[in-house]
Amino acid sequence: MSSSVVSARSGARRVSLRAEHPHYGEKVIIAFLFIAAVISVAVTTAIVLALLQPLPRFFSEISIVEFFTATEWSPGFARPQYGVIPIVVGTLMVVVTALSVAIPLGLLSAIYLSEYAPEGVRKTIKPILEVLEGIPTVAVGLFAFFWLRPFIEYLTPWLPWGGLFSTGVAGIAVGLIIVPLISSVADDAMRSVPRALREGAYALGAGKMRVALRVVVPAAFSGIIAAFVLGASRAVGETMVVLLVAGAGSPQLNFNPFEGIQTMTAYIASRATGEIAVGSIVYDTIFAVGALLFTITLAMNMLAIRFVNRFREVYD
Amino acid sequence: MSDSFNKLPARSRFAAAGAGLVVQNRFASADNKGKVSGVLFLSVMLLALTISLVAITAILAWAFVEGRTRLDLDLIFNGPSTVNRATAGFSVAIQGTLQIIAGVIAIIIPLGAGAALYLEQFADKTKWWNRLIELNIQNLAGVPSIVFGILGLAFFVRAPFNLGLVAAAGSATIALLVLPTVILASREAIKAVPSSILEGSLALGATRWQAVWLQVLPAAVPGMLTGVILAVARAIGEAAPLLLVGALTFVTFPPNFFEGGYSALPVLIYQYAGRPQEEFQILAAAGVLLMLVVLFVINSFAIWLRARYERTW
Amino acid sequence: MNVPIGEETVPNEVFTLKDVSVYYGANLAVQNVNLPVYENEITALIGPSGCGKSTILRSLNRMNDLIPGAKVTGEVLYHGQDVYGSDVDPVQVRKTIGMVFQKPNPFPKSIFENIAFGPKTLGVKGNMDDIVEQALRGAALWDEVKDRLKDNAFGMSGGQQQRLCIARAIAVQPEVILMDEPCSALDPVSTFKIEDLMNELKKDYTIVIVTHNMQQAARVADRTAFFTVASDDAAGSRIGVLVEHDKTDKIFSSPANQKTLDYVTGRFG
Repeated sequence: MSSSVVSARSGARRVSLRAEHPHYGEKVIIAFLFIAAVISVAVTTAIVLALLQPLPRFFSEISIVEFFTATEWSPGFARPQYGVIPIVVGTLMVVVTALSVAIPLGLLSAIYLSEYAPEGVRKTIKPILEVLEGIPTVAVGLFAFFWLRPFIEYLTPWLPWGGLFSTGVAGIAVGLIIVPLISSVADDAMRSVPRALREGAYALGAGKMRVALRVVVPAAFSGIIAAFVLGASRAVGETMVVLLVAGAGSPQLNFNPFEGIQTMTAYIASRATGEIAVGSIVYDTIFAVGALLFTITLAMNMLAIRFVNRFREVYD
Repeated sequence: MSDSFNKLPARSRFAAAGAGLVVQNRFASADNKGKVSGVLFLSVMLLALTISLVAITAILAWAFVEGRTRLDLDLIFNGPSTVNRATAGFSVAIQGTLQIIAGVIAIIIPLGAGAALYLEQFADKTKWWNRLIELNIQNLAGVPSIVFGILGLAFFVRAPFNLGLVAAAGSATIALLVLPTVILASREAIKAVPSSILEGSLALGATRWQAVWLQVLPAAVPGMLTGVILAVARAIGEAAPLLLVGALTFVTFPPNFFEGGYSALPVLIYQYAGRPQEEFQILAAAGVLLMLVVLFVINSFAIWLRARYERTW
Repeated sequence: MNVPIGEETVPNEVFTLKDVSVYYGANLAVQNVNLPVYENEITALIGPSGCGKSTILRSLNRMNDLIPGAKVTGEVLYHGQDVYGSDVDPVQVRKTIGMVFQKPNPFPKSIFENIAFGPKTLGVKGNMDDIVEQALRGAALWDEVKDRLKDNAFGMSGGQQQRLCIARAIAVQPEVILMDEPCSALDPVSTFKIEDLMNELKKDYTIVIVTHNMQQAARVADRTAFFTVASDDAAGSRIGVLVEHDKTDKIFSSPANQKTLDYVTGRFG
């Protein structure tokens, strides 16, 4: 092997002292990166501050007890009432309807994709499902208002439809939006179940359905619950669909799915875009309701994360 | 099940329970019952999947059928008008959206890449503040978009930024909304670069920053870019936060980034839809169609980008 | 450097390990290693898996720093200076002590850029084309790739990639090249090529190689150090220890320690 190694290392050996170049410039850059990461904390702090700041002023005028227990919500009216329950119930109705649509659709799709679908089918269908999640919510809302509602009304004329808005249809539309979320989180959970569990059952002669329903789903249970909770949280925060389809509702409590209703999100949107005096009580309701909304979704998300972690613990 | 059974690790319990059920079943009635319910189950699942896919098609079909008569150039080049309903368009809103997106991109690329690089390559993962940052980002990703609108209203429109109800405020608000997703996606892209690249660079005597900036980051860029593009796609469709920071005023003139009113595509669609005249409802559907086409192009580009630069290490 | 060896000169000691132990967190991985490494020689670290050879190798150029919780006690002296001294910059350490890894890890760039990365980043002045050519010649790769320097490095065979990694390492003109099982992922033909290369390289560099393959050590190494695992069944721990080190022919023909003899004759390991 002829290698003409022209050695450039001549003369003094490099037994240099390990001198330290201070690398100051790099330290500055890394500090900037740290600041970028800290911005996320700053954002959360800003959200909390923004929501909390008007609250002392608000709750000095309105009693907390009234806020949480009274059943009429009419801040802009001549004789205003500040019981938040009607809009919370509004959100609840939409979310429950949404989950009743999205849980069966999402879970069944997930079981199919995880346990039954051949790899090619799975690779095609998953991204297509995600399209549903990517459609702007204003488009879904318009679709639900202009087409879905008349269509459902056409299919079920015997039901007491009336008026322009319908909480039930809004719930169905929101449900469709969260199907991909529930499906993909549940699918991830099921695919993380070790093959050994399935193979053990198959080896004893169990059929696919039995393995899926009696072995995999129970094994992935906390992950699946996390999927549901995340879907619910997303449904709680949805604004455009409920604005368009459920409308503004009435100040009193209403449990009728065939009428409109106002959710917490719709209230915030309509109040903030109306004519209001900054600093007035009515203006402050935006933040009070916003704080409530934030707390609810935060609690749900943390719950979901705990479920996911519990699930991971079992299998890691 | 006995108490000692419950003390076994979960995987053993599940395996045992599954095995028990299966054995029971074998001694139960004949297999035919199993076959029928198996087929039934499969059909139910496929039905569920079909319903979702049909919903997607229905939305697209509705937008097309309802809006197709207004798929003309006026849609893009004319501004809103309450008088000339048949030729009104979205030009002002398109410009507003473009300005907003430009601002979003300018914010999320440095902040998103910077935060992701820090968390993946420079942070000491045992330190509590780094774990707090990570938890924070996870939580932010789940905050409802309208709460970001409140944030924008309180902080960007009013003090301390005091921008007023302008496009810049909308841009900043949306940027913060999509930032957590960009950070998460960028982290994944950086994680996907094998550590052997980093090790090889360090072994040559490069500093950590040199190794990350010159070798790891370039390898992660396609993935990070995909994350940014998908964030932009999401940003284009967001209406709720913008409602709170001033995009709802019926604006007929092109927007200035830092002054004056502005609009955005999804918000104007929402406004048109709220008007009683049928021309406006058709216009709203046409706007939806326009938005969906744009999103399709953007998402396809992201998918192409991911496929083109996907590297098997 | 090329010290003329007419008389029996004692070669310079490049590394002196004194009572070096390495901990990963609370676990002791290798204990009390005392070992010299001499200039312009190939020193091989052999032994069964898990006995800490790679750990010791990586502690020579402070690559263990990358593992959270890794700690090195004792002294790793490089020309008399403790590599782990408080004023020592690991970056400088790695500039003069290079490393080639078990699995070839070229950068996802062209062959030229792979080699040029080191010198450019370290601010080495000079004509980059010349530097790249020299490095490739030094790694016996020049003739094979001189016409395709712009091609992506991933297109090369495993053996070529490893030689590329060697070229990349010598492009920054280190004094020492550490090799962590450099041939274990390669076919026999590439292995022999690299072993030949090592014999050439040792004229200009000091080489320390970890190898699973005893015969390889017997073929290339001037000195060999034999490690083994001391298991403490009571504590449930496995700790790597250095059994003995000497000139290679001594280790393989008449080692001082019975365990060494057992290993090199294949009785265990």
